[in-house]
Amino acid sequence: MPRTLVRFCLGLVAGALACLPVKSVRAAEATVAVAANFTSAAKQLGAAFEKSTGHRVVFSFGSTGQLFTQIAHGAPFDVFLAADEARPQRAAAEGLGVAGTRFTYAIGVLVLWSADPARIDGTPAVLSDPNLRHVAIANPATAPYGAAAIDTMKALGVLEALEPRLVEGKNVGQTYQFVATGNAPVGFVAASQVKNNDTGSSWTVPDDMYRPLRQDAVLLTRGRNNEAAKTFLAYLKGSEALKVIEGFGYKMPGED
Amino acid sequence: MFDAALIETILLTLQLAVVTTLVLLIIGIPLAWWLARSTARGKEIVAVLVALPIVLPPTVLGFYLLIAMGPNSPLTTLIGRSLPFTFEGLVVGSVLYSMPFVVNPIRTAFEAMGERHWEAAATLRAGPLDAFFNVALPLALPGILTGAILGFAHTMGEFGVVLMIGGSIPGETKVLSIAIFDFVETLEWGKAHVLAGAMLALSFAVIFAMRMVETRFKSERP
Repeated sequence: MPRTLVRFCLGLVAGALACLPVKSVRAAEATVAVAANFTSAAKQLGAAFEKSTGHRVVFSFGSTGQLFTQIAHGAPFDVFLAADEARPQRAAAEGLGVAGTRFTYAIGVLVLWSADPARIDGTPAVLSDPNLRHVAIANPATAPYGAAAIDTMKALGVLEALEPRLVEGKNVGQTYQFVATGNAPVGFVAASQVKNNDTGSSWTVPDDMYRPLRQDAVLLTRGRNNEAAKTFLAYLKGSEALKVIEGFGYKMPGED
Repeated sequence: MFDAALIETILLTLQLAVVTTLVLLIIGIPLAWWLARSTARGKEIVAVLVALPIVLPPTVLGFYLLIAMGPNSPLTTLIGRSLPFTFEGLVVGSVLYSMPFVVNPIRTAFEAMGERHWEAAATLRAGPLDAFFNVALPLALPGILTGAILGFAHTMGEFGVVLMIGGSIPGETKVLSIAIFDFVETLEWGKAHVLAGAMLALSFAVIFAMRMVETRFKSERP
């Protein structure tokens, strides 16, 4: 009886192993750590990149701070697409990234957004409403879009009044979720999140109200000799990628 | 090391664990009693529902709660206020999330009691309530203690549910596990170490206390 059981288990294991996909040896594969706000853009870029080069890219999404911590602890990433300049800089300085490979791949645009089409009238007036229950922001300590939201409320002179009503998402991804479910009536999210699926209402924050959201990419030390990683970074600078990135509501360096 | 914000976080977490444990004892003891003694048909379904959070990813529970407590949900209409991003919301989430850890040990204790004590109490003309409070509860005390300790500790360490419905508001919903997560994210590993070490010590103490409860009650019975 135990022998039959052992055989049965071995059979199961063997069957499971047989089902595993066999890795193709010709094209390379790169693992890319991507800041949450760039999720949809990255997915579209990845698909186009795979089609045109035959290389594979696998994305891991998270907040910039979290991804940096993972990279510092030896996470198996080849490329880092951050939501700020500071962490790719730091990665290069600490030997986690390859010196001279850092560049700005997109400049983020901050929007105040509500899932309710009647809530925001294209101005920040809603922020002065004393009956506004919550304003969702990303964690300002780790997410640049959160810090930009704080900048904006300071510039508008509403930060003090709103402070007790701020709710924090871990990153813009979660902040968007708070607003999309209606749990927070309004929130500061990335233009890229609402640009192509906006059924609500929004106000695009003028860029002189917050520190520029320059998003930098860097080749990580682990990907130094990874063909797919290097090709993907080059692809990000190309005109085809720029069109996609702009289509997602980002500005590009040099456009002001 | 221990600044005001950190102390606030620790107190808030303790408060959440205490409130959750009390609510769970109030709900859990009658529920465990019913699960242990009822012959109703739907009993097994209820038992499964109670046990679900053991295997359900906390984020799943948090996701459903975020929707169930949303501004247009029947629940919000019923109680007249929105629960996400509030301490009360965390209590609701924690009660659901820690329920099996409280109910299961108590249910086991009631089941282990058997019919004998119950019949003896009835023979001595004790009414059902009288018998429940003076016979069943004292006999089930080790199970109740175990359930309370487990529920308390489980709530102390809760992360996924709070992450989904909390919104990280200091003094309202920012609990220990979230604080540790934030410290690691902002590279403040010194503070993360302090909190993580404290949680480790607490977890150790909890398991140790439960072993003590078990051995003490075992030695009392022939």
